[in-house]
Amino acid sequence: MITEDLVLIDKLCLHYKIELSFIDALDNIGLIEIEILEHNRFIHQDRISDLEKMIRLHHELNVNIEGIDVVFNLIEKEMNLKKEINSLKNRLRLYEDHL
Amino acid sequence: MKFVDYYKILGVAKTATEKEIKKAFRKLARKYHPDLNPNDKKAESKFKEINEANEVLSNADNRKKYDKYGKDWEHGEQYEKAKQQQQQSQRQYQSQGRQQGYGGQDFSDYFESMFGGARSSSGQGSRRFKGQDFNAELQLNLKDVYLTHKQVITVNDAKVRLTIPAGLENGQVIKIKAKGGKGSNGGPNGDLYITFSIKNNTPFKRDGNNLYATVDLDLYTAVLGGEITADTFNGKVKLKIAPETPTGTKVKLKGKGFPVYKKEDQFGDFIITYQIKIPTKLSDKEKALFEELQKLR
Repeated sequence: MITEDLVLIDKLCLHYKIELSFIDALDNIGLIEIEILEHNRFIHQDRISDLEKMIRLHHELNVNIEGIDVVFNLIEKEMNLKKEINSLKNRLRLYEDHL
Repeated sequence: MKFVDYYKILGVAKTATEKEIKKAFRKLARKYHPDLNPNDKKAESKFKEINEANEVLSNADNRKKYDKYGKDWEHGEQYEKAKQQQQQSQRQYQSQGRQQGYGGQDFSDYFESMFGGARSSSGQGSRRFKGQDFNAELQLNLKDVYLTHKQVITVNDAKVRLTIPAGLENGQVIKIKAKGGKGSNGGPNGDLYITFSIKNNTPFKRDGNNLYATVDLDLYTAVLGGEITADTFNGKVKLKIAPETPTGTKVKLKGKGFPVYKKEDQFGDFIITYQIKIPTKLSDKEKALFEELQKLR
């Protein structure tokens, strides 16, 4: 693991003005993955945009941790369905072109 | 500039209480929040509207001003007076730091003119917010996505250098990190989502990574067998035709199809369907020979 790609959780909490307990709760439910290196806790920078979404859902829409988990699962499902629709549309076009 | 009916946007009566406004806003925000509706421009614009309505109606002073001058904002001295007062309060807001909801949003011209773009202090302090995500569509030909290549596109007057990976599908969306709107309060930039519209102007049909083509076969080669040359996406191939090949026979050329997205040196298959061409405009001699053949069957 390259430490350059990791962001210290304490810094994140200060930056986004969030409680450490919020991060712990997200970690407990499996919404984020925390890396521990030399007694310091980090999150991978690629996961920051998801974390920002979680913070917004929590602060702006009062969605609780379990709700965030449900939202993320549904969004993932929606994305997969969109991909499937797109692939089916392309296949349909293939057959329509034959007509 | 069009009058904006904030009560209508939130679906509340003009007599609505603060609690009713808050409730209506929260309900609509949960429905249209951009994080819950990724890549949905309609939801994003609706969210901006309800956010703007809430900014006005949830703040007692703004609501009072809106109720008083709202519909007739363009008439009368009173509005001008209100505007002057508003500009003063805008300076105060600005000195407190602009407080944002969902990143990078704009307000309507109506709002800007009435309230100067300043926002109430009902936000979350001076939190940093990610900028707005941008959406763009890029049209390419099928040949353009056969090989990975670089391309420069212009999005909102900014040039973005893209690497377009081979094997992209029509309608596929790719995300370019941090090339969206600027973040607020030092927050990160939004992302750029590019939807690829891929036009197929080749004689080949594409289904995922497989390519399909129909190849004409003359009657004599189909009956007696032989060798033909057929076009593939990246050149010609020689094909052996077995004797007595019926029309509609399919031949699969493994690894001669379309590149697999983000998997180097992996290709789909190329599927050829033979279509037998019946000779036309027969000479008398040809006709006689066919009749002779017919008698033999």
